[in-house]
Amino acid sequence: MSETSLSRPRVGFQLKVEPRLDVPRWLPLVVNIGAIVASLLIGAIILEIIGGNAWAAYRHIALNAFGSVGVLSDTMVKAIPLMMVGLALTVAFRMKLWNIGAEGQFFLGGFGASLVVLGGIVPETAPRWFMLTVMAIVGILCGAIWGFVPGILKARLRVNEIITTLMMNYIAISFNNYFIFAVWSEGGFQMSRTFERSAWLPRLADYASQVPMLRGLTTHAGLIIALLAAVVVWWILYRSRWGYEIKLIGDNPRAAQYSGINIVRNTVLVMMLSGGLAGLAGMSEVAGVVHRLQGNISPGYGFTGIIIAWLARLNPWLVIIVSILFGGLILAGREIQPAGVPRLIQGIILFAIIASEVLLRYRVRLVRPAKA
Amino acid sequence: MDAFIIVLHAGVATGTVLLFATIGEIFSERAGVLNLGVEGMMLIGAMSAFSVTVATGNGFLGLAVAMLVAGLLSLAHAVVTISFQADQIVSGLALTFLGVGLSLVFGEGLSKAGAISLLPKYTIPLLSQIPFLGPMLFTNHSVMVYVGYLFTPTAWYYINRTRPGLHLRAIGEYPAAADVVGIPVYALRYFYVFVGGMLAGLAGATISLAISPGWFSELTTGGQGWIAIGLVIFAQWDPVRAALGSYAFGALRRSILDLQGPATLFGFRNPFFYNPYYGFWLQMVPFAFTIIVLIIGSRESLRKRLGAPAALGLPYIRGEGGL
Repeated sequence: MSETSLSRPRVGFQLKVEPRLDVPRWLPLVVNIGAIVASLLIGAIILEIIGGNAWAAYRHIALNAFGSVGVLSDTMVKAIPLMMVGLALTVAFRMKLWNIGAEGQFFLGGFGASLVVLGGIVPETAPRWFMLTVMAIVGILCGAIWGFVPGILKARLRVNEIITTLMMNYIAISFNNYFIFAVWSEGGFQMSRTFERSAWLPRLADYASQVPMLRGLTTHAGLIIALLAAVVVWWILYRSRWGYEIKLIGDNPRAAQYSGINIVRNTVLVMMLSGGLAGLAGMSEVAGVVHRLQGNISPGYGFTGIIIAWLARLNPWLVIIVSILFGGLILAGREIQPAGVPRLIQGIILFAIIASEVLLRYRVRLVRPAKA
Repeated sequence: MDAFIIVLHAGVATGTVLLFATIGEIFSERAGVLNLGVEGMMLIGAMSAFSVTVATGNGFLGLAVAMLVAGLLSLAHAVVTISFQADQIVSGLALTFLGVGLSLVFGEGLSKAGAISLLPKYTIPLLSQIPFLGPMLFTNHSVMVYVGYLFTPTAWYYINRTRPGLHLRAIGEYPAAADVVGIPVYALRYFYVFVGGMLAGLAGATISLAISPGWFSELTTGGQGWIAIGLVIFAQWDPVRAALGSYAFGALRRSILDLQGPATLFGFRNPFFYNPYYGFWLQMVPFAFTIIVLIIGSRESLRKRLGAPAALGLPYIRGEGGL
């Protein structure tokens, strides 16, 4: 955009667009909040057009997501997988590696965790910590394998990873469906049997006998795993040599190559790390929420994670906060009719965020033109 | 032999959907704008075509509205990527979310409408008499299939042999040079993103009005928009290769459906008939095949040093030199 492309003579004033030389620290936050407010307004207009009541819908979402300790706990349950998926995508996007396959990696993680229980890899009489550890490892491995395929294709054959990761999503869902319908189906239902208690992540409610306040709270230990994952991702990205390489490849692949960084190896490893974290999310959902393998374990966590990573500007701590907000949107949005509303709002938010980034690069000023 | 022709006949019809979407994306990418929102634009096209046709009984009005709505939706991508220079990949993903969300919201309750008015089907006199090809290509096909036949060579001719086509290629390969000789880079990029959106809308409308009529929410398109983006790479940005790829894919999708029907297959017990759960493995085939096709396309373009338009994915910023 040139300096004058948007300027047009006005009565006395002129709209001037010029590149920003420095970005004030407060500006990204203000722009982000502005973008979210703007997208909620646009969403409200669309809701009113189709004859809904936007104010009631938003009020419903706010109350049913954050209105009491009970719903807040349920919001956290939705936020846990979002945190892990958001972190998974943060790592990949930092390297400008477009992993759109978190949904499939999530499903494979759920499959891997279920395989440990239902496939008898660990007997269900095993101690809980051992069972859960093996489930997490196998879940991560399965997700990592699902990330490895697009990674190696991208690194060795320069096959576009956006398409391959997406195709792997569809393959993962059919793969899971086969096991849900044909192998582990219980009594003809489209779900496996419930796991034994040893394969359940502990919930707050489990400690209600000691602390009565916790009665009925569904938040599970996946939250601790997600926070640990955030620490790990933060450490990798900001404190390790590997993170430096990831960021350099993302910002300037040519410079990275000249400085001797192995792009092929990093592409494969980052895709595997990303897939592994998404797989961990799938494991946590299976072990912490549904306690069985079934088809509808994800209302699109893998895709919402893309928005979360972007909204958090690829910062692991912000991913945690943004995930809680979106967890609330997903939780309370379930009861909103028509069913597409949460998805619509997510789309508008992502659009508003990337559109508003222009305000970080350019300054728009009203100036009084000098008399010629 | 007859069954073979029936499968290919249906494959050509199914492939017509991918053909419009793929060539639409080729127009957009040739202009230098990667638009990953095809799935969303197709879905909103399918939804608006079907709802307008249900309301008015006029399928062609439905087509026109679908193209217009999807085209307008694509302009959101155009504004954000061309004027605001945002990342084309993220914007395309946002467009997908937006298109899917809008389609689900506005298409609420539409699936109850069933399939009312369809687009007409025609058999071409004379041409349908050709052995083998006649019954496959020119008999009892929806009007959209014939539109596809005419559209492919037209698109090829437009891109490769006309002056506007030259401008289109120029703004995708070297926008700065195009700008210097007076080609309106920004305006043309907007225009071709719009064209790509209209064609994606047409592809969606072709599904909901002709190929598998009705509205089945997200399952209406079922990932075909993403397959189309993959096919663009396989087609190396050439409409004729895109058409061939689309028809091959259509035949593949159809044969997968048809494979589960008969109890015997070539004289053997059909495992997919006796154990319907094996169908889940069949469902993976088109997506696995897309990956294989991508590998082939990438290897070929590496070998021949052909490839994407040089400025694909890059915003053009006047005065900053560069591509």
